[in-house]
Amino acid sequence: MKPGPGTYRTGGKVYASVLGLLSERPPLVSVIPLSGRYIPKPNDLVIGTVTDVQGTFWLLDIGAPRWAPLHMTGTPWQVEIGETDRFLRVGDAVVVQVESLEATGRIGVTMNGEGLGKLEGGTIVRISPARIPRVVGRNGSMIATIREHTGAEVVVGQNGRVWVGGSPEAIHRVSEVLRIIEANAQHSGLTERVESYLLATMPTTVRGSEPPPVEHAHRDAPPRVLDSAEPDEVAVDAEDDSPDTIEPGEQ
Amino acid sequence: MSEEVSAEILTTHILDLAAEGKRLDGRGPDEYRPISVEPGFVATADGSALVRIGDTAVLSGIKLEPGKPFADTPNAGVLTTNAELIPLSSPTFEPGPPQPGAIEVSRVVDRAIRAAETIDLTRLCVTPGEKSWVCYVDIHVLDHSGNLIDAASLAAVSALAHATVPAKRFEVAEADYPLAVNHFPIECTFVRLGDTIVVDPTFDEERAAQGRITVATDEAGQVVAMQKGLVGAFSPDDVKDVVRRAFQHGERHRALAKGGSS
Amino acid sequence: MGSVGAKEVPVLLSPEGLRIDGRKLDELRPIRLQVGTLHNADGSAFVEWGANKVMAAVYGPREVHPRHLQQNNKAVIQCKYNMAAFAVDERKRPGLDRRSQEISKVIGEAFESVVFAEEYPRTSIDIYIEVLQANAGTRCAGLVAASMALADAGIPMVDLLPAVAVGKVAGKIALDLKKEEDNFGEADLPMALVPQSGRLVLLQMEGHMTEEELAQALDLGVQGCREIYEKMKQALRERYSTGPVGGSS
Repeated sequence: MKPGPGTYRTGGKVYASVLGLLSERPPLVSVIPLSGRYIPKPNDLVIGTVTDVQGTFWLLDIGAPRWAPLHMTGTPWQVEIGETDRFLRVGDAVVVQVESLEATGRIGVTMNGEGLGKLEGGTIVRISPARIPRVVGRNGSMIATIREHTGAEVVVGQNGRVWVGGSPEAIHRVSEVLRIIEANAQHSGLTERVESYLLATMPTTVRGSEPPPVEHAHRDAPPRVLDSAEPDEVAVDAEDDSPDTIEPGEQ
Repeated sequence: MSEEVSAEILTTHILDLAAEGKRLDGRGPDEYRPISVEPGFVATADGSALVRIGDTAVLSGIKLEPGKPFADTPNAGVLTTNAELIPLSSPTFEPGPPQPGAIEVSRVVDRAIRAAETIDLTRLCVTPGEKSWVCYVDIHVLDHSGNLIDAASLAAVSALAHATVPAKRFEVAEADYPLAVNHFPIECTFVRLGDTIVVDPTFDEERAAQGRITVATDEAGQVVAMQKGLVGAFSPDDVKDVVRRAFQHGERHRALAKGGSS
Repeated sequence: MGSVGAKEVPVLLSPEGLRIDGRKLDELRPIRLQVGTLHNADGSAFVEWGANKVMAAVYGPREVHPRHLQQNNKAVIQCKYNMAAFAVDERKRPGLDRRSQEISKVIGEAFESVVFAEEYPRTSIDIYIEVLQANAGTRCAGLVAASMALADAGIPMVDLLPAVAVGKVAGKIALDLKKEEDNFGEADLPMALVPQSGRLVLLQMEGHMTEEELAQALDLGVQGCREIYEKMKQALRERYSTGPVGGSS
């Protein structure tokens, strides 16, 4: 077996380097960490907050080990050098996509693309990145359930940030669902728990009638349904049995 | 987990909710998060208490040592309060001298304890002009999720309420005896979120706040200390309203300070 | 640490070979480990070891402050060990002291020896150890707490780092000294082990030991470390089978 992420090889044996779930996809053996900061992967959709504005780029806090620079050419706007603060200021929230990860640790992100852009209104809920696969669900089933039962707009960032837009009631219900997922992700019956909460809190005015009006999130592009990569088999399997956790140093 | 820069939309959302009398975690404007008080947490201290308010956790330890009284108060013991925002409590820690936030917490907690005459400093005098007890109140913030003042103050008062004067160990008397605590000041902190004034702010609410006000009350119906902080303003009517609310919360929290648990 | 001359020397070893608290020479004090005890930190742990209470937190990997400390090819590991003013019998003045600085350095170096820092260039991994109540062996308790906090933060490492101090009381080599044994004993040897390789990444010694005694002490220490290693793994497993600990002690 070859050592994948979360493992290392020495003396002919492969050991875990993090506490996590074992994932074996021959020839690679990996360990997926159960907690800790978000570690970016190319093509991840992430939600970031602008922490600094420079002449030609902005720095985004995406909850990763480093801030991610968004260059002015990585946006659909016509930005002049030195005019960056006209478009994004410290504290603004954006949806971007991870493009590249360099050996220096630099995280390249872009805002050019469908569904990417500045976020307006709504709120951001923080959840452990390790729980994001459960928020999306197998084949996107969980996120579809959430949207359907609340009428909220939801943008799921792989970095553990979820943007929620809509009526205050819808936002509150989605926040509650996210809290339920965070607390119960490793237990069985999570889907049932979420569904029963959503049904129990369905506002009577909505039942059988039109969904409440929804604020449109993006200035630049219509919201896109998040099509995440297949959630990792191992993390989802955790729904059925208790996770096979291993610790650093274990073979 | 807190971040270094708050998203503007989160702040806006908090203010929008406040306009309807609602808060992010579902509390009402006059509701505290769950509070727990654990006295005696540190055996090496002469008195101690670990307080949690929601996710905020603050530990206070009391140490009493013989020392010299101040020249201008020869008949009184010495009380000194110090709060540390230790780095493990928050991602926003900066190494170096104490931050203004930590200093403010120290002084606001100290002010209430002193003004309320929580302990009778003259009883801490051993030999006038020569020897008296020095009472150190050390406050260690372990987890910063907002409202450090209330947690620190409750921890300090609870620690004092369960403290023992180590008279025997320092050969000042035949036996150790409980520290005499005469009054129990309780601090209550409020922040303005738009037109709504809410009690016990979380970290995010403090970031969104337009002014903060702390009121300390004692068990005898007295206001003993106040502090307005952060950037913003309060009308006299606002102040009267929070004072009334502070008395109500004070009664409940006082029982916790004296008895522990929740 | 502690004032030796002020008190009578207690009986450290009974004729039956039992220590001041009834333990045998190769017995550890009771240890309770909890992971994920702090809300803000990326990883955290709380250790109650005998009468020690130590909290550890890890923030990172994250941007380096101040920036000039950044390293181009790996993460900077910064460790800060501190004792609360009320943690010891005689109140300790808050602020940096030389003992804490030295301990911060040796613990930081122990972790630098096992953390895969090259995976996170230009970042900082900050380890904070706070001793809330002290009763000898705080640097070992701190190391154990920090090790679990690093695992809780998902930081990749060669292995967890169990640590323990071995000493000499009444002429006999003894595992895991408590305060009176540390004050009145004849030697103190804290160490930290990398179980995967069987090597030590922290080792200090103070006192008097013959070569044979030292060899015996090293073996006893390694044995103690392996026992602690099992407890650390157990605590980490428990964290994930029941969900995050709410911070209770």
